[in-house]
Amino acid sequence: MGLLDQRFENSNVLVTSLEGLLNWARLSSLWQMQFGLACCAIEMMAASASNFDIMRFGVIPRATPRQADVMIVSGTVTLKMASRIKRLYDQMAEPRYVISMGSCSNCGGPYWEHGYHVLKGVDRVIPVDVYVPGCPPRPEALLEGIMKLQEKVRKESVVKQKSA
Amino acid sequence: MTAEEIVQLLQSHFGDAIVESKFDVPQPFVVVDSKRMKEVAFVLRDDEALQFDYCSCISGVDYNDGRLGAIYHLYSTVHRHKIVLKAFCTKENPHIQSVAAVWGGANWHEREAYDLIGIIFDEHPDLRRILLPYDWEGYPLRKDYKVPEFYNGMKVPY
Repeated sequence: MGLLDQRFENSNVLVTSLEGLLNWARLSSLWQMQFGLACCAIEMMAASASNFDIMRFGVIPRATPRQADVMIVSGTVTLKMASRIKRLYDQMAEPRYVISMGSCSNCGGPYWEHGYHVLKGVDRVIPVDVYVPGCPPRPEALLEGIMKLQEKVRKESVVKQKSA
Repeated sequence: MTAEEIVQLLQSHFGDAIVESKFDVPQPFVVVDSKRMKEVAFVLRDDEALQFDYCSCISGVDYNDGRLGAIYHLYSTVHRHKIVLKAFCTKENPHIQSVAAVWGGANWHEREAYDLIGIIFDEHPDLRRILLPYDWEGYPLRKDYKVPEFYNGMKVPY
């Protein structure tokens, strides 16, 4: 709110589209489904800490899928975990988003050939909106991914009915 | 005690249950009859001169010649000596007697060797898979393991 702060005398009115307002609210409060699967989770924690402070984008970690808007799949998705991820994704309320963080969840990463237990890309079980490359990606890369997702949310419409 | 002394003591107790031993290697080991692991283990733990109270690791091995093996690393925190036990079985009949009753920590180690190599530890209290899902088929760290095409509808190969 930096632009509007202290700019009004007393009463104030802004004109915008409903869609623009809703999308601005949504993209500024992308609550995150918190779970880490591997070393990428360490970078995700670093992104939450004070140096990078992911909360300035409104990304708040939630411990339940029912309160979350975005799932950050941070790390190696094993076949055993994949069915759990699918279930957690199904429990999230729409509109919901997925960020695939790191090579493992993008495509299997170093386990692509001999990882008998690794799912070669989380997009084989759930749809992914943003892929963040790296092994593991630095916190800046995750922030970039968040901003890419915000761009996507800004262009969407939750008001207009989807054509069948 | 040195490894030679330990093996001599075991041989005086058990005779033919001690199959083989080797000392000119970095970690001297003794091969034990896989059907008599438990009684040997109890003596290793309880004998005053031995007191191997800590089973630090159990490794499962596929030797790629039809044999499977379990390798036990033992340490005595009292006497500060150590020894390696080995027990072998075949792929057709992969049975080794469990030592979970002797060292509690062996419980999960044996479950892991069962999970990934497929050694069946007889008399184990709870021999289930420990890492892989319960409905997994096969033992992935065996040399002849083939990665499945699909697991629960998910494609496995790249």
